[in-house]
Amino acid sequence: MREGKNVDLTTKYLGLKLESPLMPGASPMVDDLDWVKRLEDAGASAIVMHSLFEEQMAREQMGSLKTMDAHDESFAEAATMFPSAEDYALGPDKYLERIREIKEAVHLPVIASLNGTTLEGWLHYAGLMEQAGADALELNVYHLAHDPYEPGAALEKRILELVREMKSAVKIPVAVKLAPFFSSIPHFASELVKAGANGIILFNRFYQPDIDVDALEVVPTLHLSESHELLLRLRWIAMLSGRVKCSLGASGGVHTGLDAIKAIMAGADGVQLVAALLRNGPQHLRKVREQMVLWMEEHDYHSVEQMRGSMSHERCPDPTALERANYLRILQSWRA
Amino acid sequence: MAASRRITVEGNEAAASVAHRLSEVIAIYPITPSSRMGELADEWSARGKTNLWGAVPQVTEMQSEGGAIAAVHGALQAGSMATTFTASQGLLLMIPNMFKIAGELLPFCMHVSARAVATHALSIFGDHSDVMACRQTGFAMIASNSVQEAQDIAAIGHVATLRSRVPFLHFFDGFRTSHEVAKIDPLSDADLAKLVSDDLVKPIRDRALTPDHPVVRGTAQNPDTFFQAREAGNLFYDACPGIVKQTMDEFAAITGRHYDLFEYVGHPEAERIVVMMGSGAEAAQEAVEWLMAKGERVGLLKVRLYRPFATETFVRTLPKTTRAIAVLDRTKEPGSIGEPLYQDVVTALFEIRGEAAPKVMPLVIGGRYGLSSKEFTPSMVKTVFDELTRDAPKRHFTVGIVDDVTHLSLPVDMDLDIEQADVVRAVFYGLGADGTVSANKNSLKILGEAKDGFVQGYFVYDSKKSGAITVSHLRFSPRFIRSSYLVRQASFIACHQWSFVDKYEMLAEAAPGGVFLVNAPFPKEKVWDELPRDVQEVILAKKLSLYAIDAYSVAKEAGMGSRINGIMQTCFFAISGVLPREEAIAKIKEGIEKAYGARGAEILRRNFIAVDKTIENLSQIDVPSAVTSTRARSPIVSPKAPDFVSRVTAMMLANKGDLLPVSAFPIDGTWPTGTAKWEKRNIALDVPVWDSAICIQCNKCAMVCPHAAIRTKVYGPGELDDAPATFKSMDYKSSDFPNSKYTVQVATEDCTGCTLCVVVCPAKDKSNPRHKSLDMAPVSPIRDAERDNYDFFLNLPEADRTQVKIDVKNTQFFEPLFEYSGACSGCGETPYVKLLTQLFGDRLLVANATGCSSIYGGNLPTTPYTTNRDGRGPAWANSLFEDNAEFGLGYRLALDAHTDQAKILLKGLSERVGTWLVDEMLGADQLGEAGIKAQRGRVEALRKKLAEVKTPEAVRLGIMADYLVQKSVWIVGGDGWAYDIGYGGLDHVLSMGRKVNVLVLDTEVYSNTGGQASKATPMGAAAKFASLGKDSPKKDLGMMAMAYGNVYVAQIAFGAKDNQTVQALAEADSYPGPSLVIAYSHCIAHGYDMAFGLEQQKLAVQSAYWPLYRFDPRRAEKGESPLRIDSGPIKSTLAQFTKNEGRFHLVERLDKGRYDQLMATAQERLRQRYSLYERIAEAMIPQGAAGADKQTPKAE
Repeated sequence: MREGKNVDLTTKYLGLKLESPLMPGASPMVDDLDWVKRLEDAGASAIVMHSLFEEQMAREQMGSLKTMDAHDESFAEAATMFPSAEDYALGPDKYLERIREIKEAVHLPVIASLNGTTLEGWLHYAGLMEQAGADALELNVYHLAHDPYEPGAALEKRILELVREMKSAVKIPVAVKLAPFFSSIPHFASELVKAGANGIILFNRFYQPDIDVDALEVVPTLHLSESHELLLRLRWIAMLSGRVKCSLGASGGVHTGLDAIKAIMAGADGVQLVAALLRNGPQHLRKVREQMVLWMEEHDYHSVEQMRGSMSHERCPDPTALERANYLRILQSWRA
Repeated sequence: MAASRRITVEGNEAAASVAHRLSEVIAIYPITPSSRMGELADEWSARGKTNLWGAVPQVTEMQSEGGAIAAVHGALQAGSMATTFTASQGLLLMIPNMFKIAGELLPFCMHVSARAVATHALSIFGDHSDVMACRQTGFAMIASNSVQEAQDIAAIGHVATLRSRVPFLHFFDGFRTSHEVAKIDPLSDADLAKLVSDDLVKPIRDRALTPDHPVVRGTAQNPDTFFQAREAGNLFYDACPGIVKQTMDEFAAITGRHYDLFEYVGHPEAERIVVMMGSGAEAAQEAVEWLMAKGERVGLLKVRLYRPFATETFVRTLPKTTRAIAVLDRTKEPGSIGEPLYQDVVTALFEIRGEAAPKVMPLVIGGRYGLSSKEFTPSMVKTVFDELTRDAPKRHFTVGIVDDVTHLSLPVDMDLDIEQADVVRAVFYGLGADGTVSANKNSLKILGEAKDGFVQGYFVYDSKKSGAITVSHLRFSPRFIRSSYLVRQASFIACHQWSFVDKYEMLAEAAPGGVFLVNAPFPKEKVWDELPRDVQEVILAKKLSLYAIDAYSVAKEAGMGSRINGIMQTCFFAISGVLPREEAIAKIKEGIEKAYGARGAEILRRNFIAVDKTIENLSQIDVPSAVTSTRARSPIVSPKAPDFVSRVTAMMLANKGDLLPVSAFPIDGTWPTGTAKWEKRNIALDVPVWDSAICIQCNKCAMVCPHAAIRTKVYGPGELDDAPATFKSMDYKSSDFPNSKYTVQVATEDCTGCTLCVVVCPAKDKSNPRHKSLDMAPVSPIRDAERDNYDFFLNLPEADRTQVKIDVKNTQFFEPLFEYSGACSGCGETPYVKLLTQLFGDRLLVANATGCSSIYGGNLPTTPYTTNRDGRGPAWANSLFEDNAEFGLGYRLALDAHTDQAKILLKGLSERVGTWLVDEMLGADQLGEAGIKAQRGRVEALRKKLAEVKTPEAVRLGIMADYLVQKSVWIVGGDGWAYDIGYGGLDHVLSMGRKVNVLVLDTEVYSNTGGQASKATPMGAAAKFASLGKDSPKKDLGMMAMAYGNVYVAQIAFGAKDNQTVQALAEADSYPGPSLVIAYSHCIAHGYDMAFGLEQQKLAVQSAYWPLYRFDPRRAEKGESPLRIDSGPIKSTLAQFTKNEGRFHLVERLDKGRYDQLMATAQERLRQRYSLYERIAEAMIPQGAAGADKQTPKAE
């Protein structure tokens, strides 16, 4: 690995001192301990777990009642249909076990992730994740607004409440991973920080199912991100950098060392990779890191700290490029 | 012993706990009601629980009870301590080896939850007919009468066999004791250790078969020596009772609980004595104590050690004053002088001489009671004592039934109740699915642990697998509970399902002044008025307090779906006051935590919310002073039902079968078919509703329906003239039946609401695809109209069978002759059975192996196999579990003999009836509907001619003529039968080349007995006896059958490729030799919602987990490979299939690493197997290859 002795990659993210900003984002990668170890070898600075979904907890547990227990004590010859459940830990305990396993397998901070939007009892799991050894939590507030009677403000209020609840449940840092669809991201971000958020990650993937016109069915699709999707992140990270007092994470569209550098320049403290790693394997993280180091050396940057936020809205040479004016100018030039 | 040390367990667990701790080898096979003992032993060993010597007992599931006892025999010979658990037919299969084990004086104690042996019918319930069949084996037989005794006597049996070398059969009553939950003093390891010293074990090791000091056993002996050698072991039998007595005394010294070879309770100078054994003796003891308190000189002698029978001890145990004895046997030996215990008592009294002999020989009479768990109450015991006071008592009698044929029965006062007032008695009516029984078991534990007194729970289940009712009988008493019978006067009656108020007379058991709690889906103000009139009358007459809660709303609010058990349990504690309310609620939550703790926090949270919300939603209902309802309870069956159904079936359906006299019943187990249609179960809350506007007439809905509750017909437009106003129809779109109308009709009262038809429906509304041609909708607004519509539909003409093509769509115009069975909602087996009856029902004989298919096919009260308008339909019988292939072959042999006989007669009469007719009949092509119809026409013509002939030959031919029409023999059973216990027979039958068809309904476990592993269980799935996940692959039964070369073999899955299913069944039937069709059957034992059964079938096929194929030896004659793979290329991975099923999840959760390895191996094996199939399918068979012609049987 190109160590970049002259370059200091360390960063502070969610209060954690990390070797570099580069880490895998939330994905099924961590289901395989071998991958986790290879990610560590490739220079990942932390492991972000895949999200434990609120629905998953409720569904798995309640579903087990419906399918495994529903037939108990119904018929004289079969008081039960399965071996005694005592030995089988159902539900998210598997997730907690996985946190412990990863903590044992690698020497990296582990960031656990919860995905949910309601104030139901699943927040209890934040505490359990902390107990299981998580160093920080990501709260993924993926939400598809479908209720015509819920105003945007109410949704924001609910998420803020969620963050406050979670912060009161755990001592470890909590980052909030947002969708891009908020009317005033800077305001909401600063409210999140007031509510206790230690970091904001921009953005989660907004899944957009396709339509099968023959079967008249909605079919789930999963497209891995491309580099161009980084632009949306860059724009909003730049907008928040320096304005909100918390860590910023970039998630989505980082495929190369240059992508990572852009995210950092926009203001990211942590840079997450998913699609690139899923496509190219864990060793790709090493490549991105090497590309970063090479570029920094070539351009005489000595630390990540030095470049962080250099292209943020606050500091960049031409902030209008990030604002509406930029939009107008481009539109006009196009007309011309 | 302090109450706190007592535990609340069921009889099976009590016995198994001792057996597991005192055994090294445990060989098992599931059979009701003993299965639980094996399951527990397996689970304990899987968890690493050790025996008394610090080792984990090896628990091995065998292929049959015959296999289990043989494995035990080997283990005993090799010097280990072994045990097994069984009952009924299972015990009978062990008998040959039991003779061996006893003859070899091998110490061994087995545990039997005694169950009826199948005779005129199968029964899973308790009596002594199985153990009594073992009297000759040389086993010592020792009985226990209660849950406490099931544990204690188990220990005494294990120790006494080590001391005496005589093997022991320890038995207790199936269900009544095996399934009763009671509070007992447990035996600690220390207690057991005091009983089993090393010097008892050493001789076993010394005698072990080992090459280190070799001997030979199992020799063959001849007339010169066998007899003497057989007598050489006599001394061991002579010593055995004394050893048992000594063991009992030592046991008493350790535990304070005293047992004896024969135990007497009653008046010291009793004149009248009842002699009996088993749980009934507990009810008898209650009766004796009650009668003694009234000053009667009566007594009870409980037989504990039945074999070897200690004659002198028995006689000495009787009071000297004994004048008359009634011996009660829980078995029947037709043709004998009397039942076995009776004969033993008579012989003992006759034999005894000297000072022990009674001065005056008492009168001895013998009676039968309690067959198949028939209730046996103190009132019946009183009746027996009363009989002994008569001048000429019946020498042989029955008690507990009304025998109006041979008049053997004694009249019983059914109203007599002798239970003491301080015993709290409660009865709960619930649905299987609502968790009532589990909650009650938990309540028993709570009360057992919290209070000093005793608890008892007994649970009565229904014969249906879907929408089944459960009745829980609970007692709480300050004293040890001996009431081995159902609660008769309950101070608390709970109805957990509102629909029951119309179906069952729940309040017949209510004690005056008691409580009636009902789960009512109404506001509290409406509850009283919604009750039927006769329920209101009883509430007023008995001055019952009425409580109500809308438990489903509470459950919904708490996010608990339809689980209302915790809510109703909380109501019980809140109302009954058996524990302080706060303490009770804390304990309920503890119980919830214990039951669901491992499942995660959310499940606990929701349960807790439900409990907390209960109190605020529970109301006492003001009972007015007079009846207000005008509504009477609906009749059990329609007034149109045939006489037998109205007289007999309806009584059984009303839970009043106990009241039917002997004369009501068929004498030989022959029952009419087609009675399920009279039981309108109305268990679905939502039913499918048809929208004809978007229907594409594919008939898939009818095809997949497990209960034949959605049907299709095509008929002439004129038939609609008298149609009810809401009857739906549409023009039939296909040219097969031009100018016809078409209807999809739902039997709303028979539908179970499984949704399979809605899932399979491909017709979506183009503007709103959420709406399909079939959508589920609440049944209540449409029930009455749809009842009329369905009646009208049934009366529409059936399609002309000769005009119907054999494909999925068209076969659904064939009338199903298997309908409304008691199978699970969404069952994956019954669609195949139904299809079989549609294809061949009018000429079908079914041999059905014991299992789910025999239970939903033939478990009374009702019978789902039915007849068509001509009165023809499937003829069905169940013999045993293990013998089904041979049993079905017997049908074929008889049919062929009949046909031969008819042909001989026909040829002989050819000149009288016309040679052209004879030639036509003998040469008739009967492949297909037209051929069958034509031949039936010829038989009719023949009969007309025969009527004129009138010779004895013509009469005989008239009797046999129907056998000139081909019959279709189908041997049907599950994987437990085909892969395991019946495989030897199946293999033999397939090898014979005779024309029989075999349908294996493969659920990949023993579904009927609760999901034990079979050889069909896949690698990596959890099943009982494979709780860590099965580590061996599923047996490839199809491949084994293909190896014969002349067997038609198909593997089908109707949810994946329904046309292939139809095709395979039709080909199998047409094949002139044996056929084997293995049908993938999704099952509740797979651990997912059955609504996804079809999707899982698709995934099973797409992943090559379940390849579809047809191996037709007829193809070899054309030079083609007989094997044709129908499933297409592999489209998904094994993981995509397994990830949706709980049976795989369990293993994954237990040990992910091991699971991943098993799955990787399984995936690789699937790939290899599929590739092997492909190679065979590609192989060309050389034309005229040697043997090819011989391989395929010729058409008859």
